[in-house]
Amino acid sequence: MKKAILAKKIGMTQIFDEEGRAIPVTVLEAGPCFIVAKKNLEKDGYVAVQLGFKPAKKGRLNKPQLGHFSKAGVTPLRYLREMRLEDADKYEIGQEIKADIFEAGEFVDVTGISKGKGFAGSIKRHGQSRGAMTHGSHYHRGPGSMGAVDAARVFKGKPLPGRMGGEKVTSQKLKVVKVDADKNLLLIKGAVPGPRNGLLLVKNSVKAS
Amino acid sequence: MNLIDYVEKDYLKEKITPFSPGDMVRVHFKVVEGNRERIQIFEGVVIQRKGSGLKESFTVRRISYGVGVERSFPLHSPKIEKIEVVRKGLVRRSKLYYLRKLRGKAARIKEARR
Repeated sequence: MKKAILAKKIGMTQIFDEEGRAIPVTVLEAGPCFIVAKKNLEKDGYVAVQLGFKPAKKGRLNKPQLGHFSKAGVTPLRYLREMRLEDADKYEIGQEIKADIFEAGEFVDVTGISKGKGFAGSIKRHGQSRGAMTHGSHYHRGPGSMGAVDAARVFKGKPLPGRMGGEKVTSQKLKVVKVDADKNLLLIKGAVPGPRNGLLLVKNSVKAS
Repeated sequence: MNLIDYVEKDYLKEKITPFSPGDMVRVHFKVVEGNRERIQIFEGVVIQRKGSGLKESFTVRRISYGVGVERSFPLHSPKIEKIEVVRKGLVRRSKLYYLRKLRGKAARIKEARR
């Protein structure tokens, strides 16, 4: 990972490009993030930086947690995430990271927790096809055959209904359409995982070269 | 300020000719042909306006060679040069989908007197 930032999903809208085409965009509030701690090879066995995002409400943190922030000299923050950045030693504790680490035209990967869909059938959950709704068919949205009789069991991995969503999802290679450095906004083309106000991790794309 | 409104603010058109469903309008729309740009005019009845902010759009319906043609435009699209209101219409609903089923004399709209 070369660069990464924590963000909050604000919502979707559209903007017009120079040619007058409407581009669907997701607005993200990316940063300001602060480096709260650093992990090093000698003490921790790996190199990483700890990023903090969004001021925490008063009374939400206990004394040891507050101490962790005062040690770094930053205001108490709500979210803390570790990033294994390649050039982690270049960052200093207390440093501010803002949306302007990305620029328009760049590609990013966005990770978030997808919206929970509850107990979903195999059509919604696994993209299976539906049976005929009419013409005497009594088979509409079922999960299909359980497999060969011979095996006397159902094999693992058989697509069946169950809990869907609410899991970690990464959308890869999304284009950054616009960056607003003043308000720390990132405009990403297309949709990103998760609900509005959800926490997201925006990082440089692994696929784009 | 709402951050979505803040993002949309830069793209909103400052002045938009007020018009409403039922009005006969002429939409001057920029079309790119090869590397030449020209203005195409689409004239017809506004049958709906929907959405809000930058996402607002409207649909214009006209009968062309006996075939109903509907075209939707984003209201704030930079490709729209201007919108002219030819005739104000008097209608009692905001979505005039019922016009799709009507032909000829029945599909007329009363003119609004100011």
